[in-house]
Amino acid sequence: MVETFAIYRRIVGSRIRSQLQYRLSFALTVTGNVLLTSLDFAAILVLFGQVDALGEWTVEEVALLYGISCVSFALTDIAVGQLDQLPRMIREGEFDQILVRPLGSLLQVVSADLALRHLGRLLQGLIILGVALTRVHVDWTPGRAAMPLVAIVAGVAIFAGIWVAFSSIAFWLIDSQEVSNAFTYGGSFTAQYPVNIFGRWLRRLVIFVIPLAFVSYFPALYVLDKPDQLGLPSGLQFASPGVAIAVAAAAWVVWTTAVRRYRSVGS
Amino acid sequence: MIDLDGVEKTFSVRVKRGRLRRERREVRAVDGISFRVEPGELVGYVGPNGAGKSTTVKMLTGILVPSGGRVSVAGLEPSRRRIQLARRIGVVFGQRVQLWWDLPLRDSFELLRHIYRVPYDRWRANLDRFSEVLELAPFLEIPVRQLSLGQRMRGELTAAMLHDPEILFLDEPTIGLDVVAKVRVREFLAEVNRERGITVLLTTHDLADIERLCSRLLIIDHGRVIYDGTIEGLIERYGEERTLVVDLEEAAPPLEVEGARVVRVEGPRQWLRFRRRDMTAAQLTAAVASRAPLVDLTVEEPDIEDVVRRIYAEGAV
Repeated sequence: MVETFAIYRRIVGSRIRSQLQYRLSFALTVTGNVLLTSLDFAAILVLFGQVDALGEWTVEEVALLYGISCVSFALTDIAVGQLDQLPRMIREGEFDQILVRPLGSLLQVVSADLALRHLGRLLQGLIILGVALTRVHVDWTPGRAAMPLVAIVAGVAIFAGIWVAFSSIAFWLIDSQEVSNAFTYGGSFTAQYPVNIFGRWLRRLVIFVIPLAFVSYFPALYVLDKPDQLGLPSGLQFASPGVAIAVAAAAWVVWTTAVRRYRSVGS
Repeated sequence: MIDLDGVEKTFSVRVKRGRLRRERREVRAVDGISFRVEPGELVGYVGPNGAGKSTTVKMLTGILVPSGGRVSVAGLEPSRRRIQLARRIGVVFGQRVQLWWDLPLRDSFELLRHIYRVPYDRWRANLDRFSEVLELAPFLEIPVRQLSLGQRMRGELTAAMLHDPEILFLDEPTIGLDVVAKVRVREFLAEVNRERGITVLLTTHDLADIERLCSRLLIIDHGRVIYDGTIEGLIERYGEERTLVVDLEEAAPPLEVEGARVVRVEGPRQWLRFRRRDMTAAQLTAAVASRAPLVDLTVEEPDIEDVVRRIYAEGAV
């Protein structure tokens, strides 16, 4: 395990070096990425130009949701975003190469490249998270101060699990990119808003099926000491780490099943 | 070293039937293949497109799980021991890149050292040796994407050999290469086979690869082995027809010699085909000379290309 991680660091390190060779182009793509991903937040600001609160959440509070979701998603994107290339890897036979190397297949897929441009999203998310944390009215306790960090770590595991599980569809359907993206990029978007403003079905979906509500909504309720308008048990506010482990485990099962199927059926 | 016993691989494909209806159909890509390869052998694995060559290689390297039969490579069952096996074999797919596209060759080799956990000294010695034989030095620092196909293939071969594999699997290693690069690849393979005793199994469409390299030839078609033996044996069995090309003093009607037949006439030149067991080239030459004044002659041996083409066309042997 330690050794595997060391190899991952080496592979990724070499990718970073090769991308940093072109400093200007790197700086430009990151800046462009900051601006592009800021549009998501601009949409929230536009919304608050019309209303004072969104499902009883103030703009600062929504910014907290946004910040947590955005940072988690950016970190996930950097770590496993290469899964978007999986359909191409399968189609062009690159996945076969992966299977003849003495390393786990998932590790090799996610380390095949590293999209440093996503640092832009991370930067933007961190800024908004920082501003939100100083602007919200919170009676800070150690537990409340630690929760955003816990939420981000759990959020990375949840997003990564969703990404892995839905990318695995590519082993059955080669042109599955759009479906996977609906759940990954779509998921990050959903986690930027308070869950209570959604309709019943979407709410149930993001709480019980694809647990995006545990990335930002429940942890934020705890940080802000807000009553849950959905009237769900307050224990859920601490459930994110457990949910994250469950999602990651489920994703691992899906991945291994998918790879086994690929190897017995071919593509 | 490699042992296959009644190996099968069936794929199920969907065939269009009408606008919406699809039907599942079983395709047997490999249909009961059995053979053994001993340590140190250099075996050529040939067959027309779609014969099941790549599928076999994928089963031997642990990429695909066989649907039936038994496979053993270096004493391991590839589909169950994929990672263990990966450390003991080298694999080169001629049409794909396994090196990191935007890294210089040297960095790729360095990463492979860690991935395969090769001791530094061993790795260094191997890299020095292969750099020398394959003349890698001029482009070691260049990113793979900027290399020519020939340079890249030399890099791929090195990459597959750095961890001292016992067996090397090559799927069309010379495809797309120019003549010089092909020769270099062949020399390299012959050397590692001879000096390191590495077992090599290669698939190819270029029969010159086989002629220059392989002591043994396996021909498969429709998922079955249809020939297993030496190249000489193949020619002896299926290529017994030789051709005598004669230049006469002046154009003449096709010569009539018993036991030989004229297959082509071009001005004063005629091509006569005859069987080894019916007569010798000297006997035929004498017979021709007694019928018309001879200026020049050559004997053409059947080439493997013709033989294999005939075998493919006739299917079973």
